[in-house]
Amino acid sequence: MSTTASAMTTSQRRLPGRSPSKTVLFVLASLISLPLLVVVFSIFNPAPEIWRHLLDTVLSEYISNSIKLMLGVGLLSLILGIVPAWLTTMFRFPLSKQLEWALLLPLAMPAYIIAYTYTGVLDASGPIQTLIRDLTGWGFRDYWFPEIRSMGGAITMLAFVLYPYIYLITRAAFINQSVCSLEAARTLGCGPWKVFFRIALPLARPGIIVGLSLVLMETLADYGTVQYFGISAFTTGIFRTWFGLGNSAAAAQLSALLMIFVAVLVYVEYWSRQKQRYHHISTRFSSLVQKPLHGYQAVIATIVCSLPVIAGFIIPVCFQMYWALLTYVDVIDSAFLTQIWHSVLLAALAAVIATALALFMAYGKRHTASTFTRLAVNISGMGYAIPGTVIAVGVMLPLAWVDKMVDSYFRSHFDVSTGLILSGTLFALLFAYTVRFLAVSLKTVDAGLTKIKPSMEEAGRSLGLSEFRLLRKVHIPMMRGSLLAAFLLVFVDVLKELPATLILRPFNFNTLAIRAYELANEERLADAACPSLAIVLVGIIPVIYLSQSISKSRPGHEFNA
Amino acid sequence: MNSTLELKNVSVAIEGCTILDSISFNLTEGAIGCLLGPSGCGKTTLLRTIAGFEQPFEGEVWISGIRASDKRHLVAIEQRQVGMVFQDFALFPHMTVKENIAFGLAGLSGRHRKQRIRELVDLLKMDDFLNKYPHRLSGGQQQRVALARAIASRPRVLLLDEPFASMDIGLREHLAREVREILKQDGITAVLVSHNQLEAFAMADVVGVINDGRLLQWDTAFNLYHRPGNAYIADFIGEGVFIPGTVIGEKSVETELGIISGSAPLAALPGSPVNVLIRPDDILHDDDSTMTAVVHKKAFRGAEFLYTLALDSGTQLLSLVPSHHNHPVNEAIGIRLEIDHLVVFPPEA
Repeated sequence: MSTTASAMTTSQRRLPGRSPSKTVLFVLASLISLPLLVVVFSIFNPAPEIWRHLLDTVLSEYISNSIKLMLGVGLLSLILGIVPAWLTTMFRFPLSKQLEWALLLPLAMPAYIIAYTYTGVLDASGPIQTLIRDLTGWGFRDYWFPEIRSMGGAITMLAFVLYPYIYLITRAAFINQSVCSLEAARTLGCGPWKVFFRIALPLARPGIIVGLSLVLMETLADYGTVQYFGISAFTTGIFRTWFGLGNSAAAAQLSALLMIFVAVLVYVEYWSRQKQRYHHISTRFSSLVQKPLHGYQAVIATIVCSLPVIAGFIIPVCFQMYWALLTYVDVIDSAFLTQIWHSVLLAALAAVIATALALFMAYGKRHTASTFTRLAVNISGMGYAIPGTVIAVGVMLPLAWVDKMVDSYFRSHFDVSTGLILSGTLFALLFAYTVRFLAVSLKTVDAGLTKIKPSMEEAGRSLGLSEFRLLRKVHIPMMRGSLLAAFLLVFVDVLKELPATLILRPFNFNTLAIRAYELANEERLADAACPSLAIVLVGIIPVIYLSQSISKSRPGHEFNA
Repeated sequence: MNSTLELKNVSVAIEGCTILDSISFNLTEGAIGCLLGPSGCGKTTLLRTIAGFEQPFEGEVWISGIRASDKRHLVAIEQRQVGMVFQDFALFPHMTVKENIAFGLAGLSGRHRKQRIRELVDLLKMDDFLNKYPHRLSGGQQQRVALARAIASRPRVLLLDEPFASMDIGLREHLAREVREILKQDGITAVLVSHNQLEAFAMADVVGVINDGRLLQWDTAFNLYHRPGNAYIADFIGEGVFIPGTVIGEKSVETELGIISGSAPLAALPGSPVNVLIRPDDILHDDDSTMTAVVHKKAFRGAEFLYTLALDSGTQLLSLVPSHHNHPVNEAIGIRLEIDHLVVFPPEA
């Protein structure tokens, strides 16, 4: 970077620390975007016979099932998310303070794990149906019981664990924007119900849509649940096409088609976030006075708000604990400990890489005003929207190509086969995790960095701090929390990740998630409880982090402080 | 005349902490009152109590002859027919200006609603931005919309919470006068909350000074300035200094400026020491006067200088002098007293 300070405009203020080179930033961003680009550009490598085959056989089923899933999960999570968000924001009732954060707990539960658990609970040999038979003396086929392994079951399972996205964002929207507007509406003659439908809900709409698009992205990305319930959706289709039929080109084409769905959701999310800005015209927040509920109203509120927590967290965790107690003697062996070690190792490595990259990119974006760099960094942050299966395909194709080239070069020149250096090793897996979860760390680090206002740096410099001391005295203390949060969030996400791990892991390399998947697919649902419970317990960490940020985000409280 | 708004010994507590202590006042129909006080004195809570957001634990709020709040009853906010203009205006961002204004007119028929909107648009000159969304408006325009929305349904009382706080200082007084005219045209009874006295004087018929949750004086602006009820108000409203003196008669005080006599009997007994309020407009500059004081500081205010003058004893006075009398610091200038309102308070303990 040139040191001619006079040439710099205000938007290019020189900030402390050496600015990351633009070239390095660009190379990194391109690497991160590579899997996405590979998949998207496979569209331009048309294979009419593949498409004809897909059209003739499975494509319409994939599309209709994915749409049904999205509709069902979307609708159910809207109800499960918005109603408690409104009740906990506006009213005080027994347990309301606890439910405020407890409603986030299902986020700790990966969808495939809740699916395994409820199948264990509800299927024909599970405790519920056994109890019914014991009580009534009926046989297996003498009564009707809802089939959990169905479209309805999958929708319910996904909604139980995904509604917190809507709850979280909607609640923030309710808290942030409407207090004064709500009061204004009351003085203009609206009763509480009318206020909700005419003001609060429309005002929160952009936020609700952001939450909904995240839920739908997760629904499209889900592999474990639909696979286990035998529903043909895009992710299972890609997996089957790749491994079952060995047709990587068709898998890439399917991935590209799935990405069109995802792109629509990403656009909707982006657009709603833009709109959300206009909905914040208020500069002053008055603190929200929660109205206490009494009698039957309080009881109903408590029940309505606890149901999602009970269904999405308490019931599955209780059964997991129960089964873990029954099976831990057999399940916890040296192999299990190795799986824990593998999970922790992978998660920690990926988290370090993702956090370091995020730090580098966030500073890079801050230092250079070039739109190109910004674009590169923003594209690198898109991975959260891409299903793990698609990323796996996008990682596998180029790495396998490189491996093949290297192998043939060494064979022809040295008569040595190098085998799979990249695609069959942890490298591929870590690469895929970084692509998928860089967004998480980038967002967290970026948020931390924006808290350090340029004026603070200027104040520091004007008070005589050198660049290095500024970094040490201002940046590091202020960034420490965000870096830790970024590390933890990626760590937990990697630990829970299933489809990419399944596709990209080295031979016989098992993690907790893989173990739970394998045991469940062998119908050893009780045995799957130990690895599942381990994943859920670790998954609580980001929930704690989120719940803290919620209580801090109440502007009224800040204002009164 | 009947009072439209009457508060009787209203006390309000929030989370167990008493914010307002036995507030009483009343406003006749069409009058504009202002609650004036430093931030944190409870004036906004008082406004919210009138609106029905807070419930008093003692006392009563009467609106148009109906008991709206007391310790047991609380008429619902939406049934009180109070309009409110919020400090940040709280316009509904998802509705156009027109929809915002029409929000409270749901009870009117289509024709009447249109007619009322037209009246307001003319009254507040909103033609240019009637179909825009609030985020496209300037602060002044937003304020007009907020006012229009609040008065659209002809509320019994209009409440305004620091309505000019987010405006440029230069604009505030002007807007306050403009809003006053509009309210007077429509005959609206209104209560305004402010911490800016110029704004309060520009807009209100009656001003109440609040401090620490107590209403210290409920009076015209003129009386607050010239006949303040206690030393706090004398200090809070306008500028001035206190100089020590001794009561020598029913209406006279002796000070180092000489004997000052007022028109009304003093509350203090002859012989007792008092502090005498001297306003800047009580001290006139007069080159022919024998009494002199030394210019200690001066502040240029355009039409006038505000001189801080020191007497021989060191006592300081303020004096407003037309600005063509430009005297340097440390020069002794002639002064003359012209005190129409003699205000004395017992010296502070």
